[in-house]
Amino acid sequence: MMKSAYFQSVSSSRGYWLISAIAGVITLAGLIGAEHMESAGHWVTGMSNQVVWGVPHVFAIFLIVAASGALNTASIASVFARDDYKPLARLSALLAIALLSGGLAVLVLDLGRPDRLIVAMTHYNFKSIFAWNIFLYIGFMFIVGIYLWMMFEPRMNRFTARVGTAAFIWRLVLTTGTGSIFGFLVAREAFDSAVMAPLFIVMSLSFGTALTLLIGMLIFWINGATMDPALAQKLRRLLGFFVIGVAYLVAVDHLTKLYVTGHHQLEQFILVDGGIYTLLFWGVQILLGTVVPAILLLLPRFCQRGYLIAAALLVVVGALTQVYVLIIGGQVFPLELFPGYSVTSTFYDGVIADYTPSLAELALGMGGMGLAVLVTLIGVRILPFVPVQMTGKNQD
Amino acid sequence: MDMKNSSPRRTFFTQASAGVALLALAPGVRLVDLALARAQDEPASAAQRWGLLVDVDRCVSGCDACVSACNTEHGLGDSERPQTDAQWIRKVDLVDHNTGRQLSLPLMCQHCEEPPCVDVCPTGASFRRADGIVLVDKHTCIGCRYCMMACPYKARSFIHEDLTGQKTHAPRGKGAVESCTLCVHRVDRDESPACVEACTDAGREALVFGDINDRNDPLATQLAETTTRELRADLKLNTAVRYRGL
Ligand code: SF4
Ligand code: SF4
Repeated sequence: MMKSAYFQSVSSSRGYWLISAIAGVITLAGLIGAEHMESAGHWVTGMSNQVVWGVPHVFAIFLIVAASGALNTASIASVFARDDYKPLARLSALLAIALLSGGLAVLVLDLGRPDRLIVAMTHYNFKSIFAWNIFLYIGFMFIVGIYLWMMFEPRMNRFTARVGTAAFIWRLVLTTGTGSIFGFLVAREAFDSAVMAPLFIVMSLSFGTALTLLIGMLIFWINGATMDPALAQKLRRLLGFFVIGVAYLVAVDHLTKLYVTGHHQLEQFILVDGGIYTLLFWGVQILLGTVVPAILLLLPRFCQRGYLIAAALLVVVGALTQVYVLIIGGQVFPLELFPGYSVTSTFYDGVIADYTPSLAELALGMGGMGLAVLVTLIGVRILPFVPVQMTGKNQD
Repeated sequence: MDMKNSSPRRTFFTQASAGVALLALAPGVRLVDLALARAQDEPASAAQRWGLLVDVDRCVSGCDACVSACNTEHGLGDSERPQTDAQWIRKVDLVDHNTGRQLSLPLMCQHCEEPPCVDVCPTGASFRRADGIVLVDKHTCIGCRYCMMACPYKARSFIHEDLTGQKTHAPRGKGAVESCTLCVHRVDRDESPACVEACTDAGREALVFGDINDRNDPLATQLAETTTRELRADLKLNTAVRYRGL
């Protein structure tokens, strides 16, 4: 039997249209937020000359990092030849494209001049890691597109493993590239860390797997089915290990900053007396986003689906918080230009900068999430992405 | 305006001395120097490197003549939202933790020889002219603000709203990034930057502008004769703005 026979497209249902409508409204709100930011100017956001990247970047980077991790399930199936992951392979590749689209849309709409996108496409500074990332993102979409074609087209199935391997390598490079955006900010202590690249790779695995589980379950639910419990359990364990992996590298990152590079004041700020940033770090990123989900994911007694959904949701909340603390916390902490002096100026030198996200920028960030779900919903409606044997109905 | 093709020449000091020398009928000698000087239509030359020396001992707290001059020169306004207002040059007040010594100094784009802002700019809008002046091409800046993240001196401003009262020699616009141009439009006319002139007019003379590469230039002489400092020298950016008395 041809493999494509195992898959079907999602049929029209109340659930489908309900979720599509919600995702559509969120996306629309994002567009309205972006339009407001562009027509009024960025002063309507919480951003300033002190905090130049705000909440839109938090969402964009979360989505881009998660996109490469979402491909994980497909990679396990075709690169590591694990047939048990195959039912989710197509969906995971679609998610990778959808999440990347959402992230890039937010990134572009947050530009000061989004109307100059064509300039960004035609003028390249090849020294800039940002310019390289544009290539990496476009290439990723392209290669995952081909990968999907190999999976969809029975005559092409024999190439799936090879293209899958290429996509796997590409995504590792892409995540490293995203992490390197921060690695080039030599003057900012928060990003001065050797573990940034590996940290981003493990973050992508964790974020991507959590979203694959959540959006995957949502799509199955829309289709009147549930995810195969055996596969859900495998992903559950995997996610548990990824969460521990992220926690380990976060610890290494802070220890390096404390004992190797000597960024004591920055560490004191984030870990001890940084107010909201300290609270977010310990309370949300570590406790709610790491400890609780790790327990839920790794202890056998919490194997029910409800716990799994809760754990994956907490991982996503923790992930967004982690990126927030990294990007915003790293900017509000002042640059040290005059060691040994206390500093004051009209330009907020030497003080912790203020940042409170505005509704417009929160809407834009959330809009990226909405767009990612919308793209996924459109994809599963027109092409056979969802495995038949996982659905309750339509069994043949 | 395409700043890449505009035409700076030597300082008025060098030209003036060349003129005097010509009048003094020593043409054989001075013509050599004149041949090195660039004409109006020549592009910026790597033979020069424009720089600035800040004498911290002469600068006083509370004086902001340089800042006001810069704001007037480039039409930088006050929107009553100080967190998002552009500041190309700012006064920084320092207190030494150990001795309690108080200092005051102006801080602006340091016109790095190895500018991180130029390295990271995805479109090449941030660029360094052959004579060392670092600028933003307002036509290709997409407002990504990566340069602001990369600049170690927080020297750049993003334009957060629509602007009014712009000057023709300083094109600016919402959604793009800008910073000190070292008054490139004045330098190209053989004048010194507005901040330097204002500081001199205020009787402080804490700012010296000139060509680092020209051994006869007062700036180069002072750099050679006294101890000066680069800010964040550990980053090895070889800045064109140096500080004395820090
Ligand atoms: S001081 Fe900042 S803006 Fe100026 S050249 Fe250096 S990195 Fe660029
Ligand atoms: S904001 Fe403009 S000048 Fe700065 S890096 Fe982006 S495109 Fe280049």
